[in-house]
Amino acid sequence: MNHLEVRGLVKRFGGLLATDHVDLDLARGELHAVIGPNGAGKTTLINQLSGEIIPDEGRIVFDGQDLTREPPHRRAMAGLGRSFQITSVFNDFTVLQNAALAVQAHAGHSFRFWRPAAVEAALTQPAMAALEQVGLTARAHTPVAALAHGERRQLEIAMVLATGAKCLLLDEPMAGMSPAESEAVVALLRRLKGEHTILLVEHDMDAVFALADRLTVLVYGRPIATGTPEQIRNQPEVREAYLGEAEHL
Amino acid sequence: MAEPAAPRAARLFAGLLLVGLALVPVLASLLGQPFWVTLFTRILIFSLAAMGLNLVLGFGAMVSFGHAMYIGIGAYAVGILSYHGIDSGFVQLAVALGVGALVALAVGAICLRTSGMAFIMITLAFAQMLFFLAVSLREYGGDDGMQLKARSQFGLLDLNNATLLYYVAYALLLAVLYGFWRLVHSRFGMVLRGCRSNERRMGSMGFPTLRYKLSAYVISALVCVLAGMLMANLTRFVAPSYMAWTVSGELIVMIVLGGLGTLIGPIAGATALLLVEEGLSSLKLGIPWLDTLVNQHWLALIGIFIVLVVLVLKQGIYGWLAARKA
Repeated sequence: MNHLEVRGLVKRFGGLLATDHVDLDLARGELHAVIGPNGAGKTTLINQLSGEIIPDEGRIVFDGQDLTREPPHRRAMAGLGRSFQITSVFNDFTVLQNAALAVQAHAGHSFRFWRPAAVEAALTQPAMAALEQVGLTARAHTPVAALAHGERRQLEIAMVLATGAKCLLLDEPMAGMSPAESEAVVALLRRLKGEHTILLVEHDMDAVFALADRLTVLVYGRPIATGTPEQIRNQPEVREAYLGEAEHL
Repeated sequence: MAEPAAPRAARLFAGLLLVGLALVPVLASLLGQPFWVTLFTRILIFSLAAMGLNLVLGFGAMVSFGHAMYIGIGAYAVGILSYHGIDSGFVQLAVALGVGALVALAVGAICLRTSGMAFIMITLAFAQMLFFLAVSLREYGGDDGMQLKARSQFGLLDLNNATLLYYVAYALLLAVLYGFWRLVHSRFGMVLRGCRSNERRMGSMGFPTLRYKLSAYVISALVCVLAGMLMANLTRFVAPSYMAWTVSGELIVMIVLGGLGTLIGPIAGATALLLVEEGLSSLKLGIPWLDTLVNQHWLALIGIFIVLVVLVLKQGIYGWLAARKA
């Protein structure tokens, strides 16, 4: 059984078909990249998988559970974690508080009114571990507002890890990072792959082809090809549609 | 990993404010100004209500424009029960909190389906409904309100003693202040503040945000219910005007004036606003034309005062102190 299965997913915005009958299978531990030109509907796809948008048709099955109509928080509890293309962290908090809040979401209910969350090792220790994975340990007590862009992107990933998600939906995790920072993320994803199932949307083609077990190419909301990096690289229609050859303007 | 403590100036200000409020009855009796006790009891009651509202407004970014409704529920619980001869403060307290919680649960569950401007308007609409319900209660004085036959009876605590009533209000204020201080740093508080900053992310991390926001709304309403009970006991009078929309507005002004989303801010704001109000409306400088001008147009002058504080200090009186670098 696949870890994540998407069948016949359709989403229309008015007359625009943003997601056009998408089928997707992610095997457990697979890193599956979704690529495609701007406006191909990659983020819309992730939004449907994470529950922020409910699809018009189709089914989303995760770990054998049908999540098609579940709200985002239930999907997160089921083990589906997402990161955002536009950094979406808590600006009032420190780096550690951000990560600890992500841990807290999966550490029982939060109707606890008395004990300071900051002294709960059950929250801060896993949070520190997540920060260590992305290399933000030294910045743990820095207010998020004082972080550089690249560091905010790293925190964005750390927060998904801190939720303990089994399947990660990463929306352009390397957007706007310096080459060195991107390299660190590539190394991180290589470590995570195998224990986590990962759906990666990314524009950095070197990273995508280096990391992905399989790729799906999305054009105008429709998957035109799925296969290993080798297969994708050699498909003429993919090259035509996306990889830069014979661009139709 | 404690959060950084507020700068010294802010802590000093908070300490002075709380100690100063504790000393009011002593100073009033030393200086022969018993009226001060009544004035400052009112200040404490509004501080309490503003603190309650600030939990959702300042820490949860839920701009409720209807919290006067809960002051009204507290006041009318005392008034109506007393009218029927039930003077026991404990019974009144239980009924007030029970009714307040039920109303807040129902109203909150509906209002929290919206956000932003819609939330402001729908909370106002509910408060207006309750206001006109009170106006229509002929038996309980309707529009004119009604005099209480007696104040709430809390065993040995005799609320007819103005000084005692003052200290009851003060103790309640301190208790809520301490409780909120614990709350905003607890897991619950982190969730509430997380929702203020980025509710979408809270959901995507796995928090069912609605139930936490609703709980905060109910807690915040109950603090206002307590304030309403104290108000009825202070004035020995209840009237629909306690839950007029202008009262909801004043509570917001107090919070913004003192410092949105700070624990001390609402107390500072309520104290400042009510003192300036009192000072301007009864100003006696001995210059007849100036006194008359100020006494007649004090509301306009308060407007100028608020505009100045908000423009110059931006984050309010206490908020400004707390945001300064130590």
